[in-house]
Amino acid sequence: MTLIELESVGKRYFLHHKRQLLAERVAGKLRRRERVSFWALRDVNLRIEAGEAVGIIGANGAGKSTLLSIVVGVTSPTEGTVIQRGRAAALLELGSGFHPDLTGRENIHLNAALLGYNRAMVQARLDSIVEFAGIPDFIDEPLRTYSSGMMARLGFSVAIHLDPDILVLDEVLSVGDQEFQKKCVDRIEDFRRQGKTLLFVSHSAGAVESLCRRAVWLELGRVRRDGPAAEVVAEYRNAPARVGV
Amino acid sequence: MSTTSHDHLYILYNLIAKDFKVRYRNMSLGIFWSLMNPLIMMAVLSYVFTRVFPTKIHNFPVFLLIGLVPFNFFSLAWASGTNSILDNAALVKKVRFHREVIPISVVLGNVIHFAIQLILLMLLMFWFGGAINRHWFWLPVVFGLEIVFVCGLALAFSALDVYYRDIRYVVESANLVLFWMVPIFYSHDQVPKDFVVFYELNPVAAVVQACRMILLEARSPLHSLMIKLTLVSFGSLLFGFVLFGRLKKRFADYV
Repeated sequence: MTLIELESVGKRYFLHHKRQLLAERVAGKLRRRERVSFWALRDVNLRIEAGEAVGIIGANGAGKSTLLSIVVGVTSPTEGTVIQRGRAAALLELGSGFHPDLTGRENIHLNAALLGYNRAMVQARLDSIVEFAGIPDFIDEPLRTYSSGMMARLGFSVAIHLDPDILVLDEVLSVGDQEFQKKCVDRIEDFRRQGKTLLFVSHSAGAVESLCRRAVWLELGRVRRDGPAAEVVAEYRNAPARVGV
Repeated sequence: MSTTSHDHLYILYNLIAKDFKVRYRNMSLGIFWSLMNPLIMMAVLSYVFTRVFPTKIHNFPVFLLIGLVPFNFFSLAWASGTNSILDNAALVKKVRFHREVIPISVVLGNVIHFAIQLILLMLLMFWFGGAINRHWFWLPVVFGLEIVFVCGLALAFSALDVYYRDIRYVVESANLVLFWMVPIFYSHDQVPKDFVVFYELNPVAAVVQACRMILLEARSPLHSLMIKLTLVSFGSLLFGFVLFGRLKKRFADYV
């Protein structure tokens, strides 16, 4: 089954400096000057089947995070169509949905609700989430005392326990330590063995190569190469970087 | 669509719990701050209107608090509701769920403080010799309608605030004007005839008027007043949902 289908997807952003003031809006309407825009993504076609592990690589500003936001449905494309089937758990940013004044345990509840758990699911998995995060001394401390690695542990633990059909990760594993990264990789491989789907963004071509069989290389908002991870990563490494924006 | 699998009531509950815990965790006096604010306001205004500009109104502190408590709830819930989407930019950008939950959770979070202040008001009522009567059954209806009304405003203004950042200052100024233009420290009867129309159009004034009828005059609020309040409240909610629904699609690009 195809879980993610993108057809000639484009996303345009406007560059607007003072735009969000009432006076500027009115003045802008009167002057009718051209607004400056750029395409963060253009003509992207992508089909991801159930059970695939796809890595997305590319330089800063290539459109990787925009692509994930569109797949997850946080933002809508300017043109083209997006279809996403199955339950997705997305970790687009470290600690999004976490509050610094709440304890780790309280944040698990909040974050789980936002990701799509209901009360019964949280209760059934709470112990397991806490255990996987592996920070027993800090779990009842406020989050502002956490290191970024500890936040990554908590965030990843909540997302993986949701038991999604698609796990979407944006550059969140890189802050964990070796031991935890290994734990995550093991868990992701387990997850993959169950025929689940992974969509993974990283600057680290190495991480994409080891976790994914397929890689998509984005450059300036377009798909430059889509194929077996080893080949795409090798080509990406040899190419001179073209940074967008 | 993965959003449909979300349990939005559970999200709502968690967001309200978050606001509540965060607000009180760092305060040693905790929930007493909810009581201090109206008590201080009541003390100051009572001083002004019994000693500086003496008023003929009987039991002025109670009279005042009946206006102040619903107004405080209205202005705080409206203002914090308006800021809610931008305050939660990280969520809007990175997590998918129905965004309507955000402003509504903020309004309902304020309802907790409203309830605490209402208890204070009731205690003061009894202390000044008031007694419960059957018309008190109207109170939950009146307050319920006020909550519905503010939810509508919070939805509409939080969505507009994303695109026009000055909206929050418009709301602040409007609240300042309303403090004087709602009969809080004067009674509805004292309003000049040619201005009565502005009060009739104002749902917050209607709420205060209804509360005074129930609590001070021990009678049910005028039916015409309640009908207007009902229409305006649900009208506001409908308008809020429709406007929010139209504007929310591009939130993530603008916050």
